[in-house]
Amino acid sequence: MSAFIAVLARDLRLGLRHGSDLTMVVSFFVLAAVLFPFGVGPEPNLLARIAAGVVWVTALLAAMLSLDRLFQADYEDGSLDQLALSPAPLPVIVLAKAAAHWLTTGLPLIVVAPGLGLMLRLDPAGFAPLVLAMLVGTPCLSLFGAIGAALTLGARRGGALVALLVLPLVLPVLIFGVAAVEAEIGGLGGRPHLLILGALLAAALPLAPLAAAVALRHALESA
Amino acid sequence: MHRFANPARFLRIVTAVLPWSAGASAVLLPVGFYLALVGSPPDYQQGETVRIMYVHVPAAWMALSIYSVMAVSSAVALVWRHPVAELVAKAAAPIGAVFTGVCLITGSLWGQPMWGTWWVWDARLTSVLVLEFLYLGYIALVNAFDDPTRGARAGAVLALVGFVNIPIIKFSVDWWNTLHQPASVIRMNGPALDVHMLVPLLVMALAFTCFFVTVLILRVRAELTLRKLRVLRLAQAQG
Repeated sequence: MSAFIAVLARDLRLGLRHGSDLTMVVSFFVLAAVLFPFGVGPEPNLLARIAAGVVWVTALLAAMLSLDRLFQADYEDGSLDQLALSPAPLPVIVLAKAAAHWLTTGLPLIVVAPGLGLMLRLDPAGFAPLVLAMLVGTPCLSLFGAIGAALTLGARRGGALVALLVLPLVLPVLIFGVAAVEAEIGGLGGRPHLLILGALLAAALPLAPLAAAVALRHALESA
Repeated sequence: MHRFANPARFLRIVTAVLPWSAGASAVLLPVGFYLALVGSPPDYQQGETVRIMYVHVPAAWMALSIYSVMAVSSAVALVWRHPVAELVAKAAAPIGAVFTGVCLITGSLWGQPMWGTWWVWDARLTSVLVLEFLYLGYIALVNAFDDPTRGARAGAVLALVGFVNIPIIKFSVDWWNTLHQPASVIRMNGPALDVHMLVPLLVMALAFTCFFVTVLILRVRAELTLRKLRVLRLAQAQG
């Protein structure tokens, strides 16, 4: 537990020290989402129709962008070797890093998302389910992203490869995240979709760090 | 399984199997195509277009089975550091990717006359498309490293993580309200197909399987040779 808190605190401090990373991710999120009204035209009904999907997809892409700083810097300067040698289980350390990643990437995205919803003319009934769904879904992005980031350590073109690997895995998060918002707007109730998102998170929390830890050990022993 | 960890013994065994599987595919593929195109009746509703089924369904079965083969090999490779198992997974991936592509394309060609659309975002089609992305991601990952062992290990983890998609594909037509028809062959009450259509279908499935085994053996042999080549080159560079 203390190892978890120690690694979490370290990664939070590092992440917040380079505040530019955080602003870059949020700026990309806003910019990419704002491109859509320029692309499809400002007609309000059309924008309202696609608002939930656009916010979710751009949040996904923004989260993918930030994944390479999860392990890469520690891998390059040798801290990852030290973390792997520690008595704390490597999956716990991975979970702490993913938690820090979520706090410095996912949470800012959730804070900005309602503003984007406003710009994209999202139906007022959709704001609460959007925030709720993102609260449950973005940790899944960080967890599955950790697997992808661990797998591509030391690979050529790792950045593009991470997105290619992680996006098929997080597709269910996207599908149910958007469905939760659309169902609530349509009056059917977003609760079942939120529950499934919760189930995905419940499965990802123990399993993703295990897979990522295995991948990290492979990366470290062949380095 | 541990007997096959010795590459030389594995090579001897597969070299003995290869002529049989190649011969079987050479016989079964023409027979299967004949039965599919000529030797089976047209459907009472779909007419002659049903004959796409004899390529589409076996290709889909192969796509799922090959990924399962990859997942099992990857598990063996990770748990026992089995040197041949990781090559089997790596060799099987492109074959699986092509079969998935064939399944998607023939399905699209079948969908246009039958459903009136080339594509629909229902659960079965979407999950098979995700399978195709998983195959392509696996191939990209395995080839993204200078050290082939590192690539094979990373791919093994990815193959296992992605295996959750296989039951989703299989049961997608039961769990969701999909346009794609539900299972007609591998189901609890037995096949719902008439024997005159079931037999050509199974012959084609067997033919595709023999074809897969043949190509897999050729590819694994090539991977083993590439590995020997790499070792020789490294020795030459150092010596």
